[in-house]
Amino acid sequence: MVQANPGQGASQAKVQFGYHRHGDQDRIAPAEHPVVVVGAGPVGLSFAIDLAQRGHAVVVLDDADRIGEGSRAICFSKRSLDYWDRLGVGDRMVDKGVVWNVGRIFHGPSELYQFNLLPEPGHKRPAFINLQQFYAEAYLVDRVTQLPDISLRWRNKVIALEQRNDRAVLTIETPDGPYLLSAQYVIACDGARSSLRQMVGAGFSGKVFEDQFLIADVKMTAKFPTERWFWFDPPFHAGRSALLHRQPDDVWRIDLQLTPDCDPQVERKPENVRPRIARMLGHDEFEFEWISLYKFQCRRMERFIHGRVIFAGDSAHQVSPFGARGANSGLEDAENLSWKLDRVLRGTSPSGLLETYHIERSAAADENIRESTRSTDFMAPVSAQEARLRKAVLSLAKETEFGKRMVNGGRLSVPSIYETPLSTADTDTWRGGPCPGTSMLDAPLKAADGRHLHLTDAFNAQGRRFTLLSFANGEAIDAPDDVSVISIGGDGFADAEAFAGKRYDAEPGTSYLLRPDGYVAARFRHSKRADIAAAVARASGRN
Amino acid sequence: MALSTASNFAKPDDAFRAVVEAHRGLSEKESADLDAALVLILANHIGDITVLREAITLAKRRMIDTSQQQQQQQQ
Repeated sequence: MVQANPGQGASQAKVQFGYHRHGDQDRIAPAEHPVVVVGAGPVGLSFAIDLAQRGHAVVVLDDADRIGEGSRAICFSKRSLDYWDRLGVGDRMVDKGVVWNVGRIFHGPSELYQFNLLPEPGHKRPAFINLQQFYAEAYLVDRVTQLPDISLRWRNKVIALEQRNDRAVLTIETPDGPYLLSAQYVIACDGARSSLRQMVGAGFSGKVFEDQFLIADVKMTAKFPTERWFWFDPPFHAGRSALLHRQPDDVWRIDLQLTPDCDPQVERKPENVRPRIARMLGHDEFEFEWISLYKFQCRRMERFIHGRVIFAGDSAHQVSPFGARGANSGLEDAENLSWKLDRVLRGTSPSGLLETYHIERSAAADENIRESTRSTDFMAPVSAQEARLRKAVLSLAKETEFGKRMVNGGRLSVPSIYETPLSTADTDTWRGGPCPGTSMLDAPLKAADGRHLHLTDAFNAQGRRFTLLSFANGEAIDAPDDVSVISIGGDGFADAEAFAGKRYDAEPGTSYLLRPDGYVAARFRHSKRADIAAAVARASGRN
Repeated sequence: MALSTASNFAKPDDAFRAVVEAHRGLSEKESADLDAALVLILANHIGDITVLREAITLAKRRMIDTSQQQQQQQQ
């Protein structure tokens, strides 16, 4: 088992892996693989686990031999945790992570308002956990080692790509020299500076924000609650913004906004960072885990699919960090792509299904870029008038509800809603519940044997297939053979706390068709086998 | 709902006067701050993004007219 090794300072790797020569390197003709994933970060590893759990062999390449350097993602959303539950790593993430639901916004010395991202009970997972990215990666690597279908190869750097009609051939550099691999599909999860993106000749354009942000992880014992605290114009950092967020191991993430013209080399020196943070905390009893200086960018590739190469995560889209939309959206990419690629590889869906990955996830990227751009612009107004409008909002927030709602200290990641050809439009009347193209909602259930579980558990237990969520009306459920069924009421699970019925606007006979990624494909007041089959055909790209 | 440009006040002069008087005695900067707050308060009261966008378009037409006039004067 991989043991992460926190608190050793920024320069040291948290987990070190060895390079191992693989039999593929001895072959004269390139070894043929269905899928090669480039990049062993959270997105690439999660994707590989998902696809392996669906029964496919996956090769994962990474040019490094370690994880854990850098101050990177820390906030993982409820949706990401639901996904990691499906991959068998959710409990480890949540057990180690710090759970939070509440955020507070301050202006100057006083609190403006607070928000609760998950005000209602009856969910298996919290709104967010904070967890250092290196822990997440270490747990994912542990899971990978349990799956013999995944070949994870460190110090394997892709240096060339050749696209053919039905495959891509990669040239890979290793400590033993180069070798070739042939793949039906290459999934590029190689980060914001993606070399695969350069190899396909794709652009990566967008907006660069002028203000610089100092990001530090500091180790200290502190009595701050486990909440996200955001300041506009705090007494300890006049005229700028600041963020404080707790991580495991008594480590705290601090973001401080700096001026556009400051010198990064000077500002990142510990002797210059220390007094700033001491002013913020009111004491000097902390150690640095990591210090870095960023200029944020929001940008995306125009197309996420280039021939046989499919881009996911930061390689395809990049956002500023206020809103936890980087890693979480990358994990949504992985989840969206894996079930589609599974079907295409099996031949149960045409390859055109993959195009809906681009449609759905590039629209999600646009939304994430829009939200994080608005937040960053609010924090760093670009003109005197923008600053004036922001000042008006902040002062109105003290005494009005609408002012509070306009204050933008980061809009936190929620699952995207897809306008997609895979959805079957509603024909019945609904007063609520998740509409087609929306992520499923969790709810507590009780099994016939008295066991308590959640709807997300029941969905995972069905094997991540198309699943009909059916509210019993006494009649037998007539679902097509390739569709799993979760029945609530009657002989099925009890809606013990009455959340499921309410959240799904259910009446006896109501059913929801869930895609393998937990998105609603269609819903019916009274489902007929033919309607469900048509919705499955549409949602699997076969219509 | 579309932006209403009919005269909605029984006494339009009172409305104009109320805004003018709110600015009396303020510096340029204070006036700009007041306007910023006022715009946001009124926008929220309207509460309709389509109407707000129409209002912005109507207001912005003045900027275009002004810049065209300036160009014509330069020619």
